[in-house]
Amino acid sequence: MAVQELTPAQTVGPFYGFALPYPAGPVVAEGGSLRLRGTVFDGAGEPVPDALVEVLQADVDGRLDGGLFGRCSTAPEGRFAFTTVRPGPTADGCAPHLAVIVHARGLLLHLHTRVYFPGEALNAADPVLAVVPEDRRHTLIAVEEERGFRFDIRLQGEDETVFFDV
Amino acid sequence: MATPLRRDGRDAHPDRDHPAYRSTALRHPRQPLVPLHDPETELARPFLGAGPIAPLDHDLTAQRGGQPLGERIVVTGRVRDGNGAPLAGQLVEVWQANASGRYAQAEDRHDAPLDPNFAGVGRCLTDAAGTYRFVTVKPGPYPWRNHDKAWRPSHIHFSLFGTAFASRLITQMYFPGDPLFPYDPVMQSVTDEAARERMVAAFDLDATVDQWATGYRWDIVLRGPAATVFEDVEG
Ligand SMILES: [Fe+2]
Repeated sequence: MAVQELTPAQTVGPFYGFALPYPAGPVVAEGGSLRLRGTVFDGAGEPVPDALVEVLQADVDGRLDGGLFGRCSTAPEGRFAFTTVRPGPTADGCAPHLAVIVHARGLLLHLHTRVYFPGEALNAADPVLAVVPEDRRHTLIAVEEERGFRFDIRLQGEDETVFFDV
Repeated sequence: MATPLRRDGRDAHPDRDHPAYRSTALRHPRQPLVPLHDPETELARPFLGAGPIAPLDHDLTAQRGGQPLGERIVVTGRVRDGNGAPLAGQLVEVWQANASGRYAQAEDRHDAPLDPNFAGVGRCLTDAAGTYRFVTVKPGPYPWRNHDKAWRPSHIHFSLFGTAFASRLITQMYFPGDPLFPYDPVMQSVTDEAARERMVAAFDLDATVDQWATGYRWDIVLRGPAATVFEDVEG
């Protein structure tokens, strides 16, 4: 097999805000009633106002061929918010979840993480959560709020979010 | 079952902990990444609902009322996967500073002129051969506050997806022979020289248009499938 000479990644930089976000970006699923919001924090606990969060998820039936995708900048206060539907469990036996990519100034190569839902019975059998050290698993579980779910992303430090080598 | 992606070759990417680029200090995870093998979701293909590509989206010199100042260039190349297969119908998003080194974003405080005729944003789809093509002006270098006399070499930011969330790539294309290369910790974060050179476009006479624009060629390679999938062929 030929050598895979990949083009290396570089940071998204600070000035993507006029280019990558688009009006429908934070709407993952049209007409969805699930609100997912959160803040990206750095290793000093400060919000990261120049990150870009992207999500990909299954539809309510667990199907991935719809390509349900969202993109939201964290400007100006480090916060992001998506409107979507609650995904169904996927065919590989995973509990309902969203795949997440974080880009940021100061991040030379983006990071992958996942959002799972609290109180979900299927979490116990999820093959991805199973390989995450138990004391860090909670960083992948969103917190239920009055109007949806909150998922904060900590790039470094105490309660650092679990990131995946995908 | 989604097609798994190759896991080799990813050491071309920069280490997220790169002290010379100071902003990495508080923004890279310290805990080891947890390996995910062939996850269905990350191997799925995202659909961007950003609307159809408009006819002038690829021409950054024709999106405003008049011609932007600067050196008009054509930037073109092929997008392929790590097995050499062209990636057709691939969305390519680009953004850049103007010829003076200033981004059309309010947060950019560099004391260089804005150009009312240049937004610095483009997108296009690759054709059947995986070829993309943009018309733009060569971006200027710009200062930043990473260290004393820090200047970024001229670059164009590129964003692509490949076939899956897991083949996502955001990177920067550089111009050949830029004297700022050795001083730029972002570019130098790619420590393998051959990999670093893969971020540098080449002047290209075929892409050059007589009496109109110089041409640069820059090919992009995204993660390819782990095993070649043969389609059933009758007979
Ligand atoms: Fe830049």
